[in-house]
Amino acid sequence: MKRVIAIIALVLMPVAALASSGAGPKLESANIDLSNEAAIQRGAKYFVNYCMGCHSAQYVRYKLFTKVGLTEQQIKDNLIFNGSKVGALMTNAMPGEYAATAFGAPAPDLTLEGRRRSADWIYTYLKSFYTDPSRPTGVNNVVFPNVGMPNVLWELEGIKEPVYRYEVHEGGHMVAEFDSEAEAEAKAKELGGEARVEKVVDHFNPVRPGKMSAGEFDQVVRDLTTYLAYIAEPIKLERQRMGVWVLLFLVIFTVLAYITKKEWWKDVH
Amino acid sequence: MSLISWIDERFPLTKVWNEHLAQYYAPKNFNAWYFFGSLAMLVLVNQIATGVWLAMAYKPDANLAFGSVEYIMRDMDYGWLLRYMHSTGASAFFIVVYLHMFRGLMYGSYRKPRELLWIIGLIIYLVMMATAFFGYLLPWGQMSYWGAQVIVNLFAAVPFVGDDLSLWIRGDYVISDATLNRFFALHFLLPFILAALVFIHIVALHKVGSNNPDGIEIKKGPKGNRWSPDAPADGIPFHPYYSVKDIFGVGVFLIFFTAVIFFWPDFGGLFLEAPNFEPANPLKTPEHIAPVWYFTPFYAMLRAVPPMFNSQFPGVVVMFASILIMFFLPWLDRSPVKSVRYKGPIFKFALAMFAVTFVVLAYLGLQPATPTKTLLAQVFTGVYFAFFLLMPWYSKIDKTKPVPERVTQ
Repeated sequence: MKRVIAIIALVLMPVAALASSGAGPKLESANIDLSNEAAIQRGAKYFVNYCMGCHSAQYVRYKLFTKVGLTEQQIKDNLIFNGSKVGALMTNAMPGEYAATAFGAPAPDLTLEGRRRSADWIYTYLKSFYTDPSRPTGVNNVVFPNVGMPNVLWELEGIKEPVYRYEVHEGGHMVAEFDSEAEAEAKAKELGGEARVEKVVDHFNPVRPGKMSAGEFDQVVRDLTTYLAYIAEPIKLERQRMGVWVLLFLVIFTVLAYITKKEWWKDVH
Repeated sequence: MSLISWIDERFPLTKVWNEHLAQYYAPKNFNAWYFFGSLAMLVLVNQIATGVWLAMAYKPDANLAFGSVEYIMRDMDYGWLLRYMHSTGASAFFIVVYLHMFRGLMYGSYRKPRELLWIIGLIIYLVMMATAFFGYLLPWGQMSYWGAQVIVNLFAAVPFVGDDLSLWIRGDYVISDATLNRFFALHFLLPFILAALVFIHIVALHKVGSNNPDGIEIKKGPKGNRWSPDAPADGIPFHPYYSVKDIFGVGVFLIFFTAVIFFWPDFGGLFLEAPNFEPANPLKTPEHIAPVWYFTPFYAMLRAVPPMFNSQFPGVVVMFASILIMFFLPWLDRSPVKSVRYKGPIFKFALAMFAVTFVVLAYLGLQPATPTKTLLAQVFTGVYFAFFLLMPWYSKIDKTKPVPERVTQ
């Protein structure tokens, strides 16, 4: 058996080495804490104010937020603007057809966004809008290129423009990078054939400050991310708490089952 | 007159109990690999029980299905638990059954006189795959939808009748409400057929008797044990010995099973895939479509075969052949011994390679195809088939060890 395992390990090693990691923009760590009820409450406030004009959370009932410390009256006063009942679902006012005309596609429902994407993705996405005059909304996004969504948080964050760098790629690898496009093109020409230049957003330059400092804005985005992660699976913390007890029970059960088995098997030789 | 004897006069209760439990003599040297049969039954019961309750709130309607799953997850009391038990159970079923099958490969449990037992087991496996495939469409997420689209399109590759065949399966020109409805009906039906097949599997098992890690026929060995002078000397009554032992196995299994349910129900996107949290959208193809992990070894083999004569059909043939070839296993193995314990180095190497191949193909089937990965998939598809097709040769020339008279502990 040991030899079999050793053979398996030996054969698997080169295969594992061949499996390359996927590319894509680097994501920042959202560093959210689902047990932070205040963050979820603030996130809910930002969501109904900044997101819900277009996005729904159609499988979430407003009443859910009684589980993170809000009273029904607080929910009515702070989160419901259209006279919905507290037990109603968080559907939104913008009809899909209108959204399709205005933005090219209906804004997706965000109930499960926290599970469809990662928290890190949402966090980085909301911070990665930059000016791009070629887009109808005037902005583009590093994480989600050519997204139809405008930068709804610009007022808080301010406006930033991109500073590009130019990477020269050849045969699937980056061989050189430049600050100027001309230099990169020259290098690519020099390499000839397969070489091509890729324009990548290197960092942002602030153009106009927002109402908030960078730190305050990060906190807003983190709250929103926490909120989205929470509504994607509200039961998460409770199931983990329950899981500890279930496992504890099963460990005791299994130990007892083992002792029982030993006792019954005493006379088998 | 006691109640039992009243029943016994009308139904062979004591007889069945004795024949299949209290006086069914199983070899005394089962190891941990022998837990997986009873665990597979446990998971089947779990799937049926949770499935029936889920069906009480699920709506097999293209407009309502996705929302009804979220209703189960959010508004139904412990609906999330039922759903995670069911979704984790699906993967657990395949893990347990793959290990159960690998046990059979190791100890030669498919060899004479257990050929039919092996074949019934493979039919169970096929019905399981069908059940899982139908069930995977039901959440009506993006991966459900496009996964089903890809698989049903395989049937469209069949020459001449392919288009009609896939149309007949879907009930529409694309995966649609009609498809969802019939898949739900079939997904509800098949588990009961599965239960019936498991019953037949056990009847066949109890006819020939259980194999064991030594691959020794205890029925052919000396007779007489503490319970009966005619019973095999190396046999012990299934009940209470193995019933008690299996309860311990159940405990260990449930620790792993519930750990996934309560702490990692997505299992890193393998058990619940991220794109499936987006409702099915017939107009938006996901960047990368992959079946669920338990189908990916076969999917990798399908993709490894290049199209020929403008047709994907050769790939489909290879994929189905990879499953059908298992039916011939009892006649491919020409070794004089059953168990890997007494087989020679060639078989041990072949078996290890086969296990590796299965895992590597499963991995490759999950990944987007690249030239390197396609080449790897082709190599490992070759290894997969070589394991079976070369077996008559390598199992015969292999140097085996002498098999002892009696089972070892």
